[in-house]
Amino acid sequence: MQIQSLYQEIILDHYRNPHHRGLREPFDAEVHHVNPTCGDEVTLRVALKDAGGDPVVADVSYDALGCSISQASASVMADLVIGKPVGEAMRIAQEFLDLMQSKGAATPDEATLEDAVAFAGVSKYPARIKCALLGWMAWKDATGRALDETTGQGS
Amino acid sequence: MTLDVARVRKDFPILDRQVRDGKPLTYLDSANTSQKPRQVIDAISGFYERHNANIHRATHQLGEEATEAYEGARTKVAGFVGARDASEIVFTKNVSEAINLVAYSLGNAASAGAPARFRLGPGDEIVVTEMEHHSNLVPWQLLCQRTGAALRWFSVTPDGRLDLSRLDDLITERTKLVSLVHQSNVLGTVNPVRLIADRAHALGALVLADAAQSVPHMPVDVRGLGADFVGFTGHKMCGPTGIGVLWGRRELLDELPPFLGGGEMIETAWMDHSTFAAPPHKFEAGTMPIAEAAGLSAAVDYLNEIGRASIHDHEQALLRDALTRLTELDGVRILGPAEPADRGTAVSFEVDGVHPHDVSQVLDELGIAVRAGHHCAWPLHRALGVQASTRASFYLYNTHEEVAALAAGIRQAQQYFGVA
Repeated sequence: MQIQSLYQEIILDHYRNPHHRGLREPFDAEVHHVNPTCGDEVTLRVALKDAGGDPVVADVSYDALGCSISQASASVMADLVIGKPVGEAMRIAQEFLDLMQSKGAATPDEATLEDAVAFAGVSKYPARIKCALLGWMAWKDATGRALDETTGQGS
Repeated sequence: MTLDVARVRKDFPILDRQVRDGKPLTYLDSANTSQKPRQVIDAISGFYERHNANIHRATHQLGEEATEAYEGARTKVAGFVGARDASEIVFTKNVSEAINLVAYSLGNAASAGAPARFRLGPGDEIVVTEMEHHSNLVPWQLLCQRTGAALRWFSVTPDGRLDLSRLDDLITERTKLVSLVHQSNVLGTVNPVRLIADRAHALGALVLADAAQSVPHMPVDVRGLGADFVGFTGHKMCGPTGIGVLWGRRELLDELPPFLGGGEMIETAWMDHSTFAAPPHKFEAGTMPIAEAAGLSAAVDYLNEIGRASIHDHEQALLRDALTRLTELDGVRILGPAEPADRGTAVSFEVDGVHPHDVSQVLDELGIAVRAGHHCAWPLHRALGVQASTRASFYLYNTHEEVAALAAGIRQAQQYFGVA
């Protein structure tokens, strides 16, 4: 079945057993994002820690309602960004966004994207790209707010 | 007369298509948009190939032919829904625009010196229902914001009917307008428009019915329905996209201020003011969807030829079949009435443990097209305690084999996601 390029085993595994799920303390910023076409939603918290320079993503916790793709993507995203400097995590997010917009033409770099390479097939299903991006967009938004918070700069 | 579905299917070229690596198309998304018969497609291309010109203003033969095609469509639509005459039929781009036309015209009433029954302000109320499509909810929210009027609504019972127990509390002397859906696009529920309209009229309120989901499927007589305005759209009734209809009582259209300003809607124009054409032209600014009108006219002919009573009977048989088969599936819950009485063919459902996007993706893989999400009725889903749903909807070209394929496909989705 062609559909297996969409529902890779890695995606189904993350869907059934999501990592880092549940809202945790402490956190520097919390956001709530929705996918207006289907009503899927995610509440996501980011905690940063000072690492003398680029802050590091200390924790990402979330509570999400949604399809297998959006749930699995949030789980994979949390795996990828927790423990990384914000700058590096943002570059990974950009690479994932590029992959989603590739219409199936990109060859994802497994060294950077790890389990997220499994989402390459999603880029061939335009209706599902927003599902895969929901958690990532929430993380970028929350991280931006957390940076403003921790550096004391208003945006 | 019994509908010959095999013959009907031959009229729809797209139904021969294969999708997703050679699967025959099973199109169960007609509540979203219907497919188009050859007769409609030919009418549109025939218009462009032989008669294309602008209407009402060209003084040449093609202009006359194009005007005849456009105004002929108006007459045909008027007959189709039982309007008093063609001047009660206003063409719009879709039903959303038809509803917005009334909402914005009412919003203009205060400054246009229009009769008091059209003017809204603080202390006035607009009544809608919890089962509205966003297109019959958001325009009224915006009108309330502009005028200071308050929005109230009928709630929905757990079995998907309007809760009419508060009819007398909701529709009062403060009510200026009641706007409700005739047939729900999610639940399939057919609402008692007449009952509600009688109460509203007794208190001097106007009534609008959103008939986008009913006109394509059953005989609808706009004067018998009881509303003052009725909106519907071409693309859900075998016609093209880009053309919708607002029917209004002529005496109301006469007094209602215009909506969009522009060419063809004026009577006289000066630098500092204008006077306006008589209805329906008062509400049709700029070049209208002319070829689409020709297509809609052909769609009306097509539905008339088959007969809406036959179409309705065929759909009711499909509906009973679908309700039975889906009720028999473990882990599947139908939203809306479980019985076919006063119910159309939109069948929305939840599958335990499988998100609607995932259900519809597996169905799509099998060539079955359905809709997943909140179907532009987010408050209704919230009221039912459902995040989103999958919806199958049937029309004259669907078969019992397709209903069976849907049930088998849902079963496959359950197996794929390990819940059956």
